[in-house]
Amino acid sequence: MTTNDENSAGLSRRDFLKISSIAASVPLLTGPKTISVDGQEVVVHGPGPVPVALTVNGKRLTGQVEPRVTLLDALRAHFDITGPKRVCDRAECGACTVLIDGRAVYSCTTLAIEAQGQEIVTPEGLGEGERPHAVQSAFVNNDAQQCGFCTPGFTVAMKAFLEKSPHASDAEVARGLAGNLCRCGTYRGIHGVVAQMAGRAPKGNAGTTIIAELGTRRKEARDGSD
Amino acid sequence: MAPTDKYSYPSPEQRDYIGRRMARVDGLPKSTGRAKYTYDYNPKGLLYGAFVRCPYAHARVKSIDTSEVEKMPGVKAVEVVQQPGSEIHWAGDEIVAVAAVDEPTVRDAVRAVKVQYEELPHLVIDSDEPPRNLPPDTSPLSLDDLQDLARNQVPGAQVVKEINERGITFKPEEASLDRIPPDIANAIKSAKQKPAEKKAPSWYKPAAAETQGDAEAAFRAPDTVVSEGIYGIPVIVHCCLETHGAVAEWTGNDHLLMHASTQYVSGIPGQMAEVIGIPAANIREVQENIGGGFGSKFGPDRWGIYSAKLSKRAGGAAVKMMLSRAEEFAVAGCRPSAYARVRVAAKKDGTLTAWESFGWGTGGPGGGGSPPIPYLIRDRIPNYRTQWTAVVNNIGPARAWRAPNHPQACLITMTALDDLAHTLGMNPLDFFKKNVELTGSRANIYMDEFPIADELMGWSKRWHPREDKTSAPIKRGLGLSMHTWGGRGHQSECDLTIQPDGSVTIKMGTQDLGTGTRTAIMAIAADTLGLTPQQINLLYGDTQYPPSGGSGGSTTIGGVSATTRRAAVDARDALFAKVAPTLGATAEQLEAVKGQIRVMGQASKALSWKDACAKIGGVPINAHGKNLGGRDPLMNSGVGGVQMADVSVDTETGVVKVNKMVAVQDCGLIISLETAESQCYGALIMGISYALYEEKIMDRTTGQMLNANLEFYRLARIGDIGELVVKMMVNKYDSRGVIGLGEPPVVSPGAAISNAVANAIGVRVPMLPLTPERVLAALRGAQKGESA
Repeated sequence: MTTNDENSAGLSRRDFLKISSIAASVPLLTGPKTISVDGQEVVVHGPGPVPVALTVNGKRLTGQVEPRVTLLDALRAHFDITGPKRVCDRAECGACTVLIDGRAVYSCTTLAIEAQGQEIVTPEGLGEGERPHAVQSAFVNNDAQQCGFCTPGFTVAMKAFLEKSPHASDAEVARGLAGNLCRCGTYRGIHGVVAQMAGRAPKGNAGTTIIAELGTRRKEARDGSD
Repeated sequence: MAPTDKYSYPSPEQRDYIGRRMARVDGLPKSTGRAKYTYDYNPKGLLYGAFVRCPYAHARVKSIDTSEVEKMPGVKAVEVVQQPGSEIHWAGDEIVAVAAVDEPTVRDAVRAVKVQYEELPHLVIDSDEPPRNLPPDTSPLSLDDLQDLARNQVPGAQVVKEINERGITFKPEEASLDRIPPDIANAIKSAKQKPAEKKAPSWYKPAAAETQGDAEAAFRAPDTVVSEGIYGIPVIVHCCLETHGAVAEWTGNDHLLMHASTQYVSGIPGQMAEVIGIPAANIREVQENIGGGFGSKFGPDRWGIYSAKLSKRAGGAAVKMMLSRAEEFAVAGCRPSAYARVRVAAKKDGTLTAWESFGWGTGGPGGGGSPPIPYLIRDRIPNYRTQWTAVVNNIGPARAWRAPNHPQACLITMTALDDLAHTLGMNPLDFFKKNVELTGSRANIYMDEFPIADELMGWSKRWHPREDKTSAPIKRGLGLSMHTWGGRGHQSECDLTIQPDGSVTIKMGTQDLGTGTRTAIMAIAADTLGLTPQQINLLYGDTQYPPSGGSGGSTTIGGVSATTRRAAVDARDALFAKVAPTLGATAEQLEAVKGQIRVMGQASKALSWKDACAKIGGVPINAHGKNLGGRDPLMNSGVGGVQMADVSVDTETGVVKVNKMVAVQDCGLIISLETAESQCYGALIMGISYALYEEKIMDRTTGQMLNANLEFYRLARIGDIGELVVKMMVNKYDSRGVIGLGEPPVVSPGAAISNAVANAIGVRVPMLPLTPERVLAALRGAQKGESA
């Protein structure tokens, strides 16, 4: 969860759950309203669609979104930004990871209305224009992806992790990136991404890799398979 | 592979990409989030579909009331999937399908459908040993019985045997004989027709005992060492990160555009036509990327069919039906369990003499296939007796799971053999080497691989007899296992076009599961044409392109490689013929190297690729590549692999940690080395996951899955994998041609890790996953045994 600030909807998940239970008695609210819950003033959105404005990858996007819709579903279904994936929908796997004001956040457990007024960056916006972010290229160099469904979220989590821990130990990687799941089993390549970004040679089999996209060849210490 | 065949793969010195570490060509679109999956298609006016699901594991539908939901604002279509009177065999089965304008609305709509059920008795537990001497089912086979056998991947020879022995209750013409393997079709045609027998309902389907030699006598022979144990591996789930689902859209009154998340693009129209009621030719399937399949995504499934039906009912608007994570766990397939009580015998010098096992397991309502036990040695061990009982229950439907039946058979066999080696007082590596001839034609491969694995793991230096005798509570141990898989290439076709401006396009209706299929196709085409992969445009994943088989059973690499090579060679030779006069040579004297067409041995007599293609004239060159599957000089079947595991076990907490795993793997000629290695790394990680964590845990009372989420259905995370070492047998068995790799490396990890744990703590933890609870129970059992 993100912390609230004056720009956000000012609505915690706890408040939202309370409101959900009383929503039936206040039907057809459209704009935000202030009501009293347990003696506290709470801003109420919905339950029908409400205007939502999000800043995503530097662009302002507006639409009508139900307050119960997560940031993930709003990005995907309302704004066709499909890099963040829904895999578990309950903050267990990290495939939906986006940056909100620079911090890695599970967009599946963040409401769209509470992400307003903050800078949201999705995997598509990690690089500059058409140029991929160095982390995204490193995922290719280290073949840290197979089916690729976990990958976009992983790249975002990796960027945020490396900013805090650019020279992380294996133990720190194990802890710091444990929030992202991969089923195909690409974790060894992901260790390679960390090593490459820290300027270390990856362990194990790295040989001559031909980078098809860039048309260049990367020479590294050879061992193993050939 | 005949060396004179012009289609033979290039020799190592002629390869720039084949067998090298080439980055996957689909890498950047994936890592930047731009790659599109089924789940990402958002056509204009998209509706969202969802199912009303049965909450009971076994029930009959009494009544369905959709009147309220049909009136709900935003609901656009409602279809009843299973009518009142239908018997439901697992919790979560589909009853009603609904489509609405958005996801929140469709979730509300599903809750507004009223369905009444009559609950029936259910069974969702499979680990209890079934009664031993149940009579095998000798009643004649119905069409349903045959479908069960097929669904459970019972080997063809066994199906033929059962048809011959039991007879059939239907007329041969009622079966679609053209769709089933010829040997089974012939058996059906010549089978005795008998009236159907009324069978008493039973949870168990025992198969007849199978024997070779005289196991009883071998166990009683003098100077025989016998080991006994019980071993098992539970039902686990595929957990594709992209859940099953489809987007369907009618593009005219009788034309359907599908985006099913599938391992078999070319097969979708044929599987949907009859039930949708339009010709297969009017159905187009398009899929750019698939977020995991692992054997569970071959058909259109109910979500494919009902996305199309709802779309039709809603006037053709696109309908997206993607399963939620909980639905994925409950209904989208799982791997059958396997348990067995085993006795195995050897002479004192370690020569294996006899195997006996009473096994059981479930694949859900169909029962389940019997794993090939004893694994690898079944054809050559002199004496064995095996019996298998399928448990028919309500745990949910099984589907092929990466290397169907092999991980189960491998776990039961390799752990039992490891226990026997311990009883004999032998180092398991010596024991496996001693008996390697029992593996048949691949014995030489295992013998090549053993010393490599030994060195990479430091086995011979570090192995100790069972039980780490150091005083600290954390014990360390080593274990090993070996495996095989077929992996012969499937039927595949492609078109390769060279335009007069030099641009090259390949069209192939295949799919890339993330295994590196696209990268392999590019490597072969690039090396054949003397180009770089960037100069080639690959169009795939669409039924408008020439058909390719389904990506299952490690059949894709063999299939698409042979097809690509043939098309590229023919197109290149056609180009040679066009430019030969200009170069003053014959077509046979030319070669395509480094972006040039040149005369062999005369590098100065050359044309750039672009200048050469300018000689093509107005009509582009097009070559059609084809292989029919089956025996083909460009592909082969049957690989060998050896794996070793190094684990630490905390004997106070029961926690197992993998320190290191080594995989040495053969797959014939390697096309794409980097993605091949990634297959092995991934398989090791998947193996660690099922060895230590994964189990579909069912609630006896409600019949529902208890851990249907990614928090309590634990998968390996980045901190769980230890050091992984993969060694591909490069340039060693190239002459065998291309063989599939997806399945084999996932077969051994369970056995290797279980054996390493036994080596560390001195006792066998009989069942996977090796959870702290099971490890501590095994240690307690050993203590009791000693004090008794």
